[in-house]
Amino acid sequence: MRENLHRFFRAARGAGVRVSPAESIDAMRAVAQVGISDRAVLRDALLLTLAKSQDEKLALGDCFDLFFSQPEPRQDQPEAAAEDDAAQGEDQPPSSGSASEAGEGQPPQGLGPLAQMLLSQDRNAIAAAIASASGAASLSDIRYSTQRGIFSSRILDAMGLQRLRDDLDQLTATNPSLAERLRAALDALRETVRDTVSQGLALYAREEAENLRNEILRNAPLARIERRQVAEMRALIRQIARRLRERYSKPRKRQRRGHLDVRRTLRRNAAWGGVPFLTAWKRKHRDRPKIVALCDVSGSVAQVSDFFLLLIHSLHEVVDDVRSFAFSSHLIEVSEVLETKSPEEAMSEIMSKVGFGSSDYGSSLVDFEKEFMSTLTPQTTVIVLGDARSNNLDPRADILRRISERSKRLVWLNPEGRLAWGFGDSEMPRYATFCSVVRQCATAQQLERAVSDIVATYQ
Amino acid sequence: MADQKASTSIEAVESGLAAQGYIASRQIATAVYLSQQIEKPILVEGPAGVGKTELAKAIAAWRGKKMIRLQCYEGLDEAKALYEWKYAKQLLYTQILKDKLGEVLGGAQTLHAALDQLHDFGDVFFAKEFVEPRPLLQALEQPGGCVLLIDEIDKSDAEFESLLLEILSDFQVTIPELGTVSAITPPTVILTSNSERDLGDALKRRCLHLHIGFPEQRLEERIVESRVPGISQTLRRQMVGFIHEIRSLDLKKLPSVSETIDWARVLVLLQASELDTEIVKDTLNVLLKYEADIEAATPQVTTFIAKAARSNVFG
Repeated sequence: MRENLHRFFRAARGAGVRVSPAESIDAMRAVAQVGISDRAVLRDALLLTLAKSQDEKLALGDCFDLFFSQPEPRQDQPEAAAEDDAAQGEDQPPSSGSASEAGEGQPPQGLGPLAQMLLSQDRNAIAAAIASASGAASLSDIRYSTQRGIFSSRILDAMGLQRLRDDLDQLTATNPSLAERLRAALDALRETVRDTVSQGLALYAREEAENLRNEILRNAPLARIERRQVAEMRALIRQIARRLRERYSKPRKRQRRGHLDVRRTLRRNAAWGGVPFLTAWKRKHRDRPKIVALCDVSGSVAQVSDFFLLLIHSLHEVVDDVRSFAFSSHLIEVSEVLETKSPEEAMSEIMSKVGFGSSDYGSSLVDFEKEFMSTLTPQTTVIVLGDARSNNLDPRADILRRISERSKRLVWLNPEGRLAWGFGDSEMPRYATFCSVVRQCATAQQLERAVSDIVATYQ
Repeated sequence: MADQKASTSIEAVESGLAAQGYIASRQIATAVYLSQQIEKPILVEGPAGVGKTELAKAIAAWRGKKMIRLQCYEGLDEAKALYEWKYAKQLLYTQILKDKLGEVLGGAQTLHAALDQLHDFGDVFFAKEFVEPRPLLQALEQPGGCVLLIDEIDKSDAEFESLLLEILSDFQVTIPELGTVSAITPPTVILTSNSERDLGDALKRRCLHLHIGFPEQRLEERIVESRVPGISQTLRRQMVGFIHEIRSLDLKKLPSVSETIDWARVLVLLQASELDTEIVKDTLNVLLKYEADIEAATPQVTTFIAKAARSNVFG
């Protein structure tokens, strides 16, 4: 059982639940208390000790169900019939057994243990043999789906396939009907082993496969990801948001040791006649970021803006105040749509209002200055996300200068590579003079770094 | 054999809590049983009003132990949670000391001899008598053990979590001037959190993690039955069914168990025998706490009542 629990911990880690050694010790102690006979209680006990959040509980619950549902040794159709025959033969008292079936009912001596086991149809013994062979072949090391074949053959080898082959050759000569049965049983065994390996892959390799997929996704250009990947990307963005939240939602007051707050100290010690028993220190307040985001939603930039807005708006704990604006040929505020609707609905609503136009940075900036300039304070970081391709219309960089002067920082995120800036109708160099930071932002990873840096300036 | 004992013990926990009017699900009972057996605190998470605090009260009442409660809030520090020196008493003590100093040191000829004599008195100034125990220290000092409820830990600062770590893992605290104070009997510790912020891994690691969500319909009916005995069975079924329908809506704040109980009390007071549109609309403000939520739910009331009634027939 201990062995099984250890394998379960590995599987749990594979499912994305962080199981530390200390937690596994706790789980062991808990299992020793509740025992293993009642599966529901065992499940509760493991969930209580190992999972530390609601998400982890769900993942671990699934993992538990998968882990403790070992695939049943499979019986093929002809095999089942043969088994019936055999069962009938065995049901009758051995003394009255029919002569024709006597040979099949009792496997002849001199066969290897695996052949004996297969012929006697002992399901439990077969399942146990597969389990121990999986252990010997260290199935829990499986990482990629391409390894399925090699692990299957390793398990079969460990079970004694070589000996079985010899037996099979020998039987074909001496007892063809029995050989036929054995061959069918072997096929069934192969399939069971394959199922076991697939289950092992699902249990132990999930983390690895997910890491690989996420790694690829993180570095894929956001503007060109396929439709089926959008949901995965949203999940990834949420993950990034969680990581940023954990990193930056630390307390915002910090004591400055060494700077006595005389006023508060005197007040606090009034009861002791002003003798300073309790000291109060000056505190430094840290602002939470205030962000104003201007997002280009035309053409190829739209997808990047979508993910960017999703990220910014899932940072509630870290960011105090976000105002978002979307534009292509004119500019509108979209904060409320994003707060109240699901990401998909919000995005389609924004697109129907301002999307798909040809972008006009000049008139969009005019819109912003006319209506929303008052949202900027000296604590605000303004983030502009766009390719700065203004279709040769007036870029109105003077407005950008005024925005920059009124705000703490002006950050420009451009999905295009640096090489393309300034070529064609790109106004990037002209805008860049007024920006505190200009950076490329085409992949999820770059997006994460950009937002992380912006938030970090407030710490 | 151990398994047998465990499952009967878990049932004993369930019935023990039920005797105090707390209807626990199997999972809650398992958590309470395990925390007792392997001496670990329970961290209870879940939406507001599902009975997290109530669980601690029920355990205390069931085991006949004192409950010590520490309500967390932003700015809570060790002087309010752990211990504080009785400064006024210390001040008084120095005054007395000043008067008596001449008598005590009367025999001493040199300054050196006087200091030696003073050292013989020991360090009375930072002695146990001057410590004002706050909830955490009180909990450790209970000779018969107690239930320590650290309520809404997510409201406190992150530094405060670190302060708790020593208590949670070893049931002891270290006071620099006095040394380490260990628990006489390890208290049963319950921490509750509304998940306003993510707690640190170090804290989570030291606890059993229990999530209490909204109960299933049957369980909630039993809870109402135990808390509001005066309500008739049909009405109970209808109202719990209705609340389950309401929870399927997308609202700002979903009604939780405490709201269910309040509503049941209101319905009993109004002497309703069964749900109808009129009475639900009049009392909807007991269930829903936001104007927008009430507006969203009102058009659905009739359908929900019908649905709840239908599920009664089959269920």
